[in-house]
Amino acid sequence: MKKPRCTTRNILQESQPRLRLLELRTEIPPRIYLAVGIAFIGAFIAAWTFLTAFELVSPIFLPAPTEVFKELWRQVGEGILWQDVSLSVYRITVGWLMATLFALPIGILMGNFRLFEGMFEPFIDLVRYMPAVAFVPLTILWAGVGDTQKFIILFIGTFFQEVLMIMDNVKTVPRELIQVSYTFGLNRWEVLFHVILKSALPGIWDTFRITIGWAWTYLVVAELVAASGGLGYRIMRAQRFLDTDAIILGILVIGVLGLLTDTLFKVTYRRLFAWMDNRN
Amino acid sequence: MKQKTKLVTEHLWKRFAPRQGEEVIAIQDLSLSVNQNEFVSLIGPSGCGKSTFLMIAAGLERASQGWIAVDGTEIQQAGADRGMVFQSYTLFPWLTVQQNVRFALKKSRFTAAEQEQRVARYIRRVGLEGFEQAYPNQLSGGMRQRVAIARALVYQPQMLLMDEPFGALDAQTRLLMQELLLNVWEQERITVLFVTHDVEEALLLSDRIYVMTARPGRIKAEVVVDLPRPRSLVETEASPRFVQLRRQVLEMIRQEAQLSFSALSK
Repeated sequence: MKKPRCTTRNILQESQPRLRLLELRTEIPPRIYLAVGIAFIGAFIAAWTFLTAFELVSPIFLPAPTEVFKELWRQVGEGILWQDVSLSVYRITVGWLMATLFALPIGILMGNFRLFEGMFEPFIDLVRYMPAVAFVPLTILWAGVGDTQKFIILFIGTFFQEVLMIMDNVKTVPRELIQVSYTFGLNRWEVLFHVILKSALPGIWDTFRITIGWAWTYLVVAELVAASGGLGYRIMRAQRFLDTDAIILGILVIGVLGLLTDTLFKVTYRRLFAWMDNRN
Repeated sequence: MKQKTKLVTEHLWKRFAPRQGEEVIAIQDLSLSVNQNEFVSLIGPSGCGKSTFLMIAAGLERASQGWIAVDGTEIQQAGADRGMVFQSYTLFPWLTVQQNVRFALKKSRFTAAEQEQRVARYIRRVGLEGFEQAYPNQLSGGMRQRVAIARALVYQPQMLLMDEPFGALDAQTRLLMQELLLNVWEQERITVLFVTHDVEEALLLSDRIYVMTARPGRIKAEVVVDLPRPRSLVETEASPRFVQLRRQVLEMIRQEAQLSFSALSK
């Protein structure tokens, strides 16, 4: 909702070009907005370089950025990075899809029918307070340390939150939108598919974006504990050999991948739901 | 010549039983009728149950007791024989103006060609030609309500139910919308049941007005608006008869509003 309004203040600002960056809740030029973001990351890397260049921190604990970059180069060259990334991305995709495949219909049922809300909510409320991480030992007993165990952890970590969020997405559809559809003679299934789901979809898409972010956390935790491949496994192995640069690289890669998926969902959101935009 | 009755309700009650606290009577023993091609307003202080009654007439709520029928058939559920315009914006934000209006024809028996024709005609009738491809988020409040009116008329309902359709608009837009509705109604001559708390709006538009009491809502009085048609905002509101009627209705409303006001402040 960044709607430029033609207020007296805006007109005044145009006549006097002095920049006000610290006015409460006031727009600033987009170039400055972008620049300060980049500058902060730059400052962070500079501080990191400073700490390591003068060996203020032992390289065993904090390697120089250049060391991390060298490690990146090595892992890319040997194909290890690609292997780890593709394995982790595969696990995320399958695990999250499995959770979503169940969360979507059940969430829709719960949001629309009090009967299903009454049926599932007490159970889901109970399970969702059980930390997914605590299920790691149990799931290893059930499914070993392979992909299946990762899928189960991702499912437990994602499903129970996601289903409630989708229920809420469905519930935010305005009542009048449903009522007016009935006056056109639509039956309740038509209202459900043509109105409620269409209306709830942007919210659901956002839920997807948020839950896939959580899935990353659960995956890495599962891979840290027991795995024979993947980004979390690489980090755990590196710790054994005091390979701090590989640890930091692993964390950075996970961060970048998370950011990428987030961006992907945001871009598709803007594409799919262009009608949400209130600018002409 | 006796006029044909469109909507009739007899001894209608609506009670709400909240989970806690005592039962609330929203509508008490309400009887009224709306004739074919008549414009009738239901006016009363806020919370008097007038919107609830409209919901029952639309078939979106059930009466606790009593009889309500359109064309002699008891109202059981919502249907395309009654169009409804709400106070809040009820356009589908993912559809353009044209698609919104066409959506209402989903269950109609019109052929595809007729549908296109009707959609175009009603968009024109509410003065929105040129905005067919706009999305609701790009429209002003008044324009959105115009689309809502077009959408409620396009499938040719037997009557139109309007629940304070201009209540959320600013004063100027509101006047323009009243004129627009007046024009549309002169052309369509469709039966309308219009809920409002604005006395002038009710007088300008209606053939008859039912004044409701404060909660529990009952009919306090029936006022026949014998102002000549076609009406116009400026001339009608300046006529002595209009001023006289306004004073009469305002006085009734004021009494009821005071009642509900003192009941609330207790």
